[in-house]
Amino acid sequence: MESLEKIITGVLGPDALKDVCHYPATVPSFHIPRERFLEAAKEMKKSGARLVAEWATDETGMGPIRGFGIYTCYALDSEYIIVSCRIPIDDPTFPSLTGIFAAASRFERQMRSLMGVIPAGHPDTRPWIKHEDWPEDAYPLRKGFDPSVPMQRVKGEYQWIRAEGEGVYEIAVGPVHAGIIEPGHFRFQAVGEDILHLEERLGYVHKGIEKRFESLTWLDGARLAGRVSGDTTVAHTLAYCMALEAMSGFVPQERALWIRALLLEMERIANHLGDIGAICNDVAFSFLLYQFSILRETVLKTNDKLFGHRLMMDKILPGGAAVDITAEGKEEILREIDCIRKELERLVIIYDENSSLEDRVRDAGILLTDDARELGVVGFAARASGIGLDCRIQTPFPPYDRIIPRMTVLRSGDIHARVWVRIEEIRESFRIIGEILEGIPEGITNGRFDPPSKECSGFAVVEGWRGEIVYWLQSGPKGEINRCMVRDPSSVNWLALELAIHGNIVPDFPVCNKSFNQSYSGNDL
Amino acid sequence: MLKILHQIFRTGIVTEPLPTGVEEEIQVVGQELEEAIRRCFHRSLTIRAVDAGSCNACELELQAMNNPVYNCERFGIHFTASPRFADMLLVTGPATRNMEIALKRTYNAMPPPKFVVAVGDCGYDGGIFGEGYASLGGIGKVLRVDAYIKGCPPKPADLLRGILRVIR
Repeated sequence: MESLEKIITGVLGPDALKDVCHYPATVPSFHIPRERFLEAAKEMKKSGARLVAEWATDETGMGPIRGFGIYTCYALDSEYIIVSCRIPIDDPTFPSLTGIFAAASRFERQMRSLMGVIPAGHPDTRPWIKHEDWPEDAYPLRKGFDPSVPMQRVKGEYQWIRAEGEGVYEIAVGPVHAGIIEPGHFRFQAVGEDILHLEERLGYVHKGIEKRFESLTWLDGARLAGRVSGDTTVAHTLAYCMALEAMSGFVPQERALWIRALLLEMERIANHLGDIGAICNDVAFSFLLYQFSILRETVLKTNDKLFGHRLMMDKILPGGAAVDITAEGKEEILREIDCIRKELERLVIIYDENSSLEDRVRDAGILLTDDARELGVVGFAARASGIGLDCRIQTPFPPYDRIIPRMTVLRSGDIHARVWVRIEEIRESFRIIGEILEGIPEGITNGRFDPPSKECSGFAVVEGWRGEIVYWLQSGPKGEINRCMVRDPSSVNWLALELAIHGNIVPDFPVCNKSFNQSYSGNDL
Repeated sequence: MLKILHQIFRTGIVTEPLPTGVEEEIQVVGQELEEAIRRCFHRSLTIRAVDAGSCNACELELQAMNNPVYNCERFGIHFTASPRFADMLLVTGPATRNMEIALKRTYNAMPPPKFVVAVGDCGYDGGIFGEGYASLGGIGKVLRVDAYIKGCPPKPADLLRGILRVIR
């Protein structure tokens, strides 16, 4: 199989200019002419690569002739590549990739909404994240936009996709949901109880995070990254820090890397435990909710005791980690894990043998392998649908190069598969944590860190508990943050929920939704 | 079924006394509180939680209040899906521009008497998200707030303490 880099240079020849100010070098970045942007995407598709992310930058302050940048990131197995083109301010159009990659659809709607660049040929011109009451010309990610001024409201209406016919009716849900969860809007078209179509409308928790990064220092950026999605604070901060460290060529101490992996696995365990309980609760099996929430609480308490924060916010810093582990701490975690493991195994048997649970979680909310691949789905949702993707295995950082996670891939793609993949992942995380604590090298965890140089960019991926998190950072002419692109797994996986719910009944939606448990905040940014 | 019963007996009651200070505070305010809840809320305080733009960390801790360890229902506190039944509006996050209208509508749907409690550092002043084109800042920018519970996110015990403080 040819590498993605060879394909790009082979097809585009001298038209493909390698960006030497991009780090790490293992993720090559190419500038190509706008006219050949579509062609590059087609070649990537032909090679079997998936579209990881697509984003726009405003580079007007950087060099005399730079306008907007249109960036795409593709991946095939463990290889990532960035392909971009520059487009002028007075003609901000680029060819839409939606016809080639379905995942491009929302990325491009978002680019149009927030940056004001036009994906020519995109079949859906409705805004995304941007609500109907935003002024037409409000493009927050442009440099000329003043983010400190509250945006005025204008009149407008959102055009929903409509299913019409005898007996078809609509159910509108949200943005304020029934439980203690994040806000979003779902609109079902249904006949009887059967769902014909589901359309998501998000953006309610849009806080202007990507714009906010541009007014922060590199250090404060790490704090903000930790609050992109509060349940994934470790993984987000880590991805930000890794992208930043790549830019300045900084390699943290080995011990710091091991501590980072430890926190990452603790976060994974806590979230999976909480979610499995919540899924059972959504089919009215509250017994398991309470049992699993006790286990989750145990993990959070340990976090609080050993690392000073229940969710471990701000415990990873550019250059290393803010915490370390003592010999007593190690003992404590091992004891805790041993205890949780025994409880978990008892509960798993109850989950597995209960027919009333089985009736609801099997053969419901199926995400087919082909659909998952087409959308570029990542994380446990992908693994439950037969796609073996895990950044810890494909692009490992120490200690994952030595302690290799075992990947569980199931093919059925239903709610049960997503639960079961998570159960296996908790078991695997126990093993990884055990090995980390056993083999952690001596040293310090916090290193001195230098900010990156001017006009360069950095990239990193981290396997959070939901899946692959991507950060792309760019420094401006003064060495400040010019752009921080965040791609939470939810940005691609939300589309999968719309597909998975087709042909199911309305009462199955909550449990199907919970089995994915996407982030609203990480998607809305 | 036997396995389930066995597990229930094995687990027992895991609800813990609240941390020192909180437990005492509750002991002290207990009678006063019960009286207040009986007088104003017919023995139970019903809360509608609204995420007005949070990062989801505050939601996790609000959910934790319901777990068997904190078990907030023992104080007569429970969460409702409908604002029509709610005595208290618990709001998290900086208020985003896109949630402003939904937040106001939820508040307006609640019958008086009603309290508004803003949760988290973001609910206080917008936190790290600050004020800008999309984030209006603290919840106070949208609704009249009766009390703030600070923290990023506040721990479940802090949340309980904060709620009890308001209705005292």
